Amino acid sequence: MPAPAERRIIFKHIDEEGYSNDLACYQKHGGYQVLQKALTARPEDIREDVKKSGLRGRGGAGFSCGLKWSFVDRKSGKPIYLVVNADESEPGTFKDRYIIHQDPHQLIEGTMISCFANDVKQAYIYIRGEFPEGARILERAIQEARDAGFVGRNICGTDYSCDIFVHRGAGAYICGEETGLIESLEGKRANPRIKPPYFPAVLGLYQCPTIVNNVETLCHVKHILDMGPDEYLKIGTPNNTGTRIFCVSGHVKKPGYYEYACGEITMGQLLYDVCGGPREGREFKAVIPGGSSAKILRFGETFTLKNQDGSERVLKVEDIPLDFDTLAACGTMGGSGGVIVMDDSVNMVEALANINAFYAHESCGQCTPCREGSLWMKKISSRMVHGEAREEDGELIKSVADQIAGRTICAFGEACSWPTQSFVLKFGDEFKAYNEDKKTKSADRLELV
Amino acid sequence: MIQPAQPELVTVFIDGQEIAVPKGTNVIEAARMVGTDVPHYCYHPKLSIAGNCRMCLIELGMPMTDRATREPIMDEATGKQKINWIPRPQIGCGTTVAPGMHVKTQSPMVKECREGVMEFLLINHPLDCPICDQAGECKLQEQATGYGRGYSRFIEQKNVKPKRTRLGPRVTLDDERCVLCSRCIRFTQEVAKDDVLGFVDRGSYSTLTCYPGKELENNYSLNTVDICPVGALTSTDFRFKMRVWFLKQTNSICPESSVGVNTVVWSREGVIYRITPRRNDEVNDTWMPDSGRVLYKEVQAENRLQPTGDPASDLLATATRLLQGGAVAVVGSGRSSLEEQFLTAKLARQLHAATFVVGRTGAGDGILISADRNPNTRGALVTGLISEVPGDLAALGREIDAGKVKTVVSVGEDLSAAGLTAEQLAKVAIVYLGSHANATSAAAQVVFPTLTVFEKSGSFINQQFRLQKFASAVPGLTGATDDRVVLDQLVTAVGGESAGSDLVSVWRELAAGIPGLADLTYAKIPDTGLLLADDTWSQLTFPEGESLHHQPAAAETTA
Ligand SMILES: Cc1cc2nc3c(=O)[nH]c(=O)nc-3n(C[C@H](O)[C@H](O)[C@H](O)COP(=O)(O)O)c2cc1C
Ligand code: SF4
Ligand code: SF4
Ligand code: SF4
Ligand code: FES
Repeated sequence: MPAPAERRIIFKHIDEEGYSNDLACYQKHGGYQVLQKALTARPEDIREDVKKSGLRGRGGAGFSCGLKWSFVDRKSGKPIYLVVNADESEPGTFKDRYIIHQDPHQLIEGTMISCFANDVKQAYIYIRGEFPEGARILERAIQEARDAGFVGRNICGTDYSCDIFVHRGAGAYICGEETGLIESLEGKRANPRIKPPYFPAVLGLYQCPTIVNNVETLCHVKHILDMGPDEYLKIGTPNNTGTRIFCVSGHVKKPGYYEYACGEITMGQLLYDVCGGPREGREFKAVIPGGSSAKILRFGETFTLKNQDGSERVLKVEDIPLDFDTLAACGTMGGSGGVIVMDDSVNMVEALANINAFYAHESCGQCTPCREGSLWMKKISSRMVHGEAREEDGELIKSVADQIAGRTICAFGEACSWPTQSFVLKFGDEFKAYNEDKKTKSADRLELV
Repeated sequence: MIQPAQPELVTVFIDGQEIAVPKGTNVIEAARMVGTDVPHYCYHPKLSIAGNCRMCLIELGMPMTDRATREPIMDEATGKQKINWIPRPQIGCGTTVAPGMHVKTQSPMVKECREGVMEFLLINHPLDCPICDQAGECKLQEQATGYGRGYSRFIEQKNVKPKRTRLGPRVTLDDERCVLCSRCIRFTQEVAKDDVLGFVDRGSYSTLTCYPGKELENNYSLNTVDICPVGALTSTDFRFKMRVWFLKQTNSICPESSVGVNTVVWSREGVIYRITPRRNDEVNDTWMPDSGRVLYKEVQAENRLQPTGDPASDLLATATRLLQGGAVAVVGSGRSSLEEQFLTAKLARQLHAATFVVGRTGAGDGILISADRNPNTRGALVTGLISEVPGDLAALGREIDAGKVKTVVSVGEDLSAAGLTAEQLAKVAIVYLGSHANATSAAAQVVFPTLTVFEKSGSFINQQFRLQKFASAVPGLTGATDDRVVLDQLVTAVGGESAGSDLVSVWRELAAGIPGLADLTYAKIPDTGLLLADDTWSQLTFPEGESLHHQPAAAETTA
C-alpha cells in the first residue's frame, strides 16, 4: 500500500513560501480567532473538550492531556502555573524548534487558550538553552501578541489577564524532565523531584499547582477548539487521535519531518515511501521509533499482538502503524516522534556506545542507580569499542541496565536503560562477536562524546 | 509530668506483621517499630526527604477495593482482602503509611534492589577502609556486609576525585568516599540555616563543594560529619587520630548552655578523643554545636589545678578553721551539678551563710546555644541555693566592703571574673573548689582541686526544667577530688550531718528534701531526661530566648 497523504495541521505553514513568523502573517491566516472564541466559553467546557478529543502528550510519555489537566489542584487557593516544555533535547527530535522558529504565534495561541481553560494567570515557556534564536523569536512574538491584546492584561478586551515569560534553559537534557524543569525554572539545579509528593499538578512551580505540557501538545489544543473535539477525534485512530510529527533522521534517502494522522501510516510506508528507503546498496537494519530512549526495533523481528476480538495478528517492523498504543504493544514507544534509522553499515555496539555516552553525560547524578549505572554502561561500551570487548560484556551491560530501570527518581532511569536492554536483547550476537568483527571492520574513527 | 498528645494511629502490615503506627510515619520508621531494618543512606529522621540513594526500596501493596462500589475485594482462599502489589519498588523513606498498607522488606525483588544499589555505590568507591576514619561506624561498610553481593563485576577505571578538600576550619572532605546522599547539604540548609554546600558537575562526577568564596564555618559544621553515612566528611580534629572501635562511649550533657544538649563522650584509656551529639527529640534532636565538642580539651589543659602536696587533712583543717570563724558567704555555681548545688546549699545552711550564684549570659543562637550559659541555673533554684535568677556579685562586693563577710567559699567560680575587685578579694579569706587555676585560686587560702564534668557524674536541669544526667567518662586527675566529696566533708567538719556523698545517698536526701524530686533516684532518671514541674518559678524572668524545642514562657503568652 502506498503511503497516505501527509496531514499537516501543526506544521501546516512550516517551510511555506511567504509565511513569516510575525503577527500580521499569523492573523492573515486566521490567527488568534480561536483564542477569541475560546474566551467566550466557560473554562471547564474547554477542559471537557480537550478531554473528549483524546489528546495525548507529545513530549514523550503520551499521557492524556485532559486527564493531566483534571489532576490540577483547583481548591488550594494558590495560583496555577502553566509551563511550556520547549526543552526539546531528546536525541533524534526536532519538531518543537520549527514551530518556535517559523510559527511561534501558533504556540502562543495554544498556550493562552490552555491558560484560560485552567485559570492560569502566569505561564512560562522553558526553552532549551541551546536555542538562543528561538528564544529571541518567542520574545518578539509575545511582545507583538501583548501589544495586540492577546497576551497580558485584559486579553481581547475581556477581564481575563495572563502573561507569558520566556525562560532560557540551563543546557542539560534533564531540564526537559518536568520536575527538573520546574527546579531549574526556580533557579536551581535541574534535579528532578520525588513523586510523591511533588506531583506538578499539586506541588509544582513554587509549590503551586502546575501544568507542564510540550510545545506540540499545546498547539494541538488550538486546533481541537478550532475544529471541535468531534472533528478532531476523527483524525487518527481510537485512543490515538490527532496527528503526529515524525522527525526522521539517519540512514534514509530523505530524512526530515513529516506530519501524519496518528496510526494511519506504518513504519514501512514512512521509511520506504515517504523517506525514499535506504541509501544505495544498503538495507535497513534497525530503527528507534521515538527518540533515543525508546527501545530499538530490529528489521526482521515480528510481533504477535492481540486484536480486540481476542484473535492475534503478527506484525513485521514495517507493518507497525505509528501510533502510541501499537508501538507500546511492540515493546517500544512513540515517545517524542524522533525516528532514528540505522542501516547495515552500523555496528550496534558502536551505536549503543554513542547513546550510552550521551546518557552518562546527562544523568543529573541525584540517584544512585542512574548516576552510577549510566556511567558504568558507558565505560563498558566504550571499552568494548576501544578494543577490549569480552564475550560476557553484552550480558553484563544489560544486567546493569536491569538494575536501573524502575528504581530511580525520574524516568531518565528508563530512558538510559531501555537502549541498552533492547540493543543487547535484539543484537546479542553482535555484542558477543564484537572483538572478532573488529578485526575485519575498523572502528578507529569512532569518536565518543 | 507533661503527657504528649496521643497520636492518631494507622494499622499497617510489615512483612505480614500487623502494627499500629502514628499517622504520618514513613515505612522506614514503621518497620523499625517491628524491629525490621530497612537499610538507607539519604534518609535522616530530622531532615527533609531526598529519596536519592534508593537503598530503601521496598514492595508496597494496598488492599483492593472495587472501583465502583468501594467494596473490599476478598480473596476466596484466605478470606482476607486481596492486596494489590505495585509492580515497581517504592522508596520506604518517602512512603507514608496508609490504613491497611502492606510492605515487603525481605522479598526477592527487594533483595535484588539492595544488591544493585550496593554494587553501584561501590564501583567508584575507593578501597580506603583500612585508613578511613569512618571504618567501624560506616553505613556503607555495614550494608555491604548485610546486603552486598560480596564480589565485584567492575573492571573499569574508577573515577578519581579530590581526597583532601578543606570545606571549613573544622571539616575536611574526601570526595571519593561521598555517596552523594545530600544529607550534609540539607542539614546546612534546614538546621544550620547556612546554605553553603552544594553539588557541582553531573552524574557520577558530581562533587560536593562550598559556594565559591564561602566556607563551611558555622558553629554546627561538625554535625555534617556526624550524619555523613560514610567517611567523606571528616572532623579535622579527629581525623586519623583513633579507630572508633577502641573508644568507650559515655552518655553526657553538654555544659555549654542551659539547652543541655545530650552528648556521647568517646574515650580510650582515660583520654577523650571526641564528643558527638546523642539523640533527644525533646532537646537537641541529633545535633550539637561545634563549640561544645572541644570542651573535653579542658580535661588535660595546662592550667588544671594540681594537688599542692599538702595532705588532704591539712587542707580540710585550714578550711574548717576559716569557716568556723563565721561571717561566711557561699558562692555556688550554675555550672555545678544538681547534687553539688544541693550540698553547697546544705553547707551554707549549716554556716548560716548568704548564698550567691554567678549569672553567665551571652547571645543565644536560636538553635542549641541559649542566652543562659550556665547549664544548671534551674538546679540552683530547685535545690534552694538561690531563689532568683542569678546576676552578678555586686551585693557580695558591698558586704565585703562593709566588712560583713570575712570568708568566701567559691565552688568553681572565679570571683574576679565575676566582678569582685582585687582589693575585695584581698579583704577576705577564700576557700576555693575548682578544676582550673584562675585569679581566685591564686588568691585563695585553701584550694581543693576538683573534677571536670567529664570526670564526674551528676545531673543538670536545663531551660525546659528537664532533669538530665551525665556520667563520668574518664577517671579524675590524680589527687583531684569530686566536688561532692569535698562539700560533704566540709559539711561534716562544721558540725553538719553527712548522709554520704555518693550519688545514691545524695539522691536519697534530695528525694526526701525536695518535693519535686520525691521518689526519684539518680538511676531512675531516663537517658533522655525527665521534665519537672516549673510552676514555682513561673514568675521569674529567665534570659533565654527561643531555641530548638524551647519556647520561653514569655514568648508563649505574647504569641
Ligand atoms: C529525561 C527526560 C527528558 C525529557 N525531555 C523532554 C523534553 O525535552 N521536552 C518535552 O516536551 N518533554 C520532555 N520530557 C517529558 C516531560 O517530563 C513531560 O512529561 C512532558 O513535558 C509533558 O508534556 P506532554 O504531556 O504535553 O507530553 C522528558 C522526560 C524525561 C524523563
Ligand atoms: S534518574 Fe537520573 S536523571 Fe533522574 S533523578 Fe535520578 S540521577 Fe537524576
Ligand atoms: S567510607 Fe566506609 S566503605 Fe568507604 S572507605 Fe571509609 S569505611 Fe570504607
Ligand atoms: S559528604 Fe557525606 S553527607 Fe554529604 S552528600 Fe556526601 S556522603 Fe552524603
Ligand atoms: S533512604 Fe535514600 S531513597 Fe530512601
